[in-house]
Amino acid sequence: MNRLDQTFSRLKTAGQQALITYLMAGDPSLQETEQLVLELERAGADVIELGVPFSYPIADGPVIQKAAERGLQSGTSLRKILESVRHLRISTQIPIVLMAYYNNIHALGEAEFCRLAVEAGVDGLIVPDMPADEAGPLRGPADALGLHLIFLLAPTSTASRRAYVAKESGGFVYYVSITGITGAKLHDVASVGENVAKIRKYTKTPVAVGFGVATPEDAARVAQVADGVIVGSAIVRRVGAHGQDGRLVEEVGAFVRSLKEAMQPV
Amino acid sequence: MAIPDRRGRFGPYGGRYVPETLMPALLELEEVYQRTRREKGFQAELRHYLKEYVGRPTPLYFAQRLTKRLGGAKIYLKREDLCHTGAHKINNAIGQALLVKHMKKPRLIAETGAGQHGVATATVAAMFGLECEIYMGTEDMQRQALNVFRMRLLGSTVTGVDAGSRTLKDAISEAMRDWTTNVRTTHYVLGSVLGAHPYPMMIRDFQSVIGREARKQILAAEGRLPDCLIACVGGGSNAMGLFHAFAQDKKVRMVGVEAGGLGVESGKHAARFAGGRPGVLQGTMTYLLQDENGQVNLTHSVSAGLDYAAVGPEHSYYKETNRAQYTSVTDDEALAAFDLLAREEGIMPALESAHAIAEVVKCAPTMKKSQVLIVNLSGRGDKDVQQVARIKGVTL
Repeated sequence: MNRLDQTFSRLKTAGQQALITYLMAGDPSLQETEQLVLELERAGADVIELGVPFSYPIADGPVIQKAAERGLQSGTSLRKILESVRHLRISTQIPIVLMAYYNNIHALGEAEFCRLAVEAGVDGLIVPDMPADEAGPLRGPADALGLHLIFLLAPTSTASRRAYVAKESGGFVYYVSITGITGAKLHDVASVGENVAKIRKYTKTPVAVGFGVATPEDAARVAQVADGVIVGSAIVRRVGAHGQDGRLVEEVGAFVRSLKEAMQPV
Repeated sequence: MAIPDRRGRFGPYGGRYVPETLMPALLELEEVYQRTRREKGFQAELRHYLKEYVGRPTPLYFAQRLTKRLGGAKIYLKREDLCHTGAHKINNAIGQALLVKHMKKPRLIAETGAGQHGVATATVAAMFGLECEIYMGTEDMQRQALNVFRMRLLGSTVTGVDAGSRTLKDAISEAMRDWTTNVRTTHYVLGSVLGAHPYPMMIRDFQSVIGREARKQILAAEGRLPDCLIACVGGGSNAMGLFHAFAQDKKVRMVGVEAGGLGVESGKHAARFAGGRPGVLQGTMTYLLQDENGQVNLTHSVSAGLDYAAVGPEHSYYKETNRAQYTSVTDDEALAAFDLLAREEGIMPALESAHAIAEVVKCAPTMKKSQVLIVNLSGRGDKDVQQVARIKGVTL
């Protein structure tokens, strides 16, 4: 069974929501990314999302764009990230999801990517510039190997998109809480809840909410309406701030701990 | 078989590689476009603006002195430089602005490289009373300072993009982010046959007036079809605009000219077909300059409008099916062609179009005097005068 499914099922039984934390792989270096993954797990993260740095990240705001630049500067590539995942699997079984732009996967080859990713211990894949409609070349190999393809829905999504994308998405459905790019500000948690409820009409797959969740308060509020809370830019901003000052692991760990605490049922 | 297919594919190229947030807007745009294009009222309105506002049809001018000088094929210039705003870009901008009236969105955004498409979009925004914001790389803003000021005079906001190579593709990324954020109120007027479906098809259709006119004009002038068509290819909208009406005329050769920059072997160029391979950038699967890990390469060209790492997907399809040939000329060759056309014909071409002229210089002498060649003079060179002066070391 896929580690993502196990985790969501365990949390559901416990009446809890998944904390899904994003790191840009290779920011500031892959070695530090590995340390951060282990620290995030200790701090209470349930799922790790690893961003693959790409030179033209059209879905990302300035915080993650800068992180991608740092990742590229440290010489990070998709192959090296997969090596890191393989290395991490010696010490952790936390579900790991890669977030990669399509061209990085295409350059490796869709089938070859799936094979290497599953071999390394990756559980799911998010491709922000690939709607479910274009997933054809990944679908066959991903299904055969048990790699979840995770798709996004947005506030702009119509009922027919919700029906289609909810059905195509595995592991969880990624609901984008704002009409915009990563790191924008979340204002309307009530409408997030309404949209998550609309998605649930079409699927039993868990729904996680991301883009704009920046504080423990945001995480607590979103946890009340979704099965998972995704935090990206707020973590990456802290990696950026402390990447060179020796307090990186400690600072990022403390922040993630505060998110997890805020999500505990009262 | 009609291309693209229903999924926006030209063979393996094209498609819709965008964030889910944009999918409803693309599906709406496709639906509105497919419905509206068939309406007589829309076509009549489009014809009206193309004639009365843009100044179409543009002449197909026989370049007598250039023909004599090169000593080969008869050279005809399709004078898109005479369009209002000075380039073919307005054909597409007018078409999209008319569609926006149907979609009732109050705001336009656009990217621009050389500034031609930005000026065209700013112009139609002014004419139709729409709010308009143009994204432009800061490197291009410096190269094309005059166009930046023109857009501002027309009432648009010009926003500099200080990321990556600070050129066209950075401007497109930023425009896509704006569109993702403001999609409910904003239409993205993409300027070339690039991006996600339906843009490459729709922009080709709006630009195909160039080839339809040229076909009629050459039949009137020469009583036969041309032997060869030549156009520069950045994204490739002026080339596709010229080529499309001739696509079924199998004997008409088509040549697309990419920016060879400092030479393809130098690595500093934008010749996607010479140095690239298929990949996905900014919404579409197409030839792309990239490294072995799929990171997009930096490009170089003296011409901001050709300085782009990818190319329109239909060109990739033409390349693969051998319907068109693609070649490149260097910065120096383009600059020499700029001078040549100015001195022989009294016409200053845009540096983009000067690449097509440079290919004519190579190609025409190898052809017979009885043969006929049409080159798309896609834009005028006024915007490039300051840059040419700088390159020549002249202080104005």
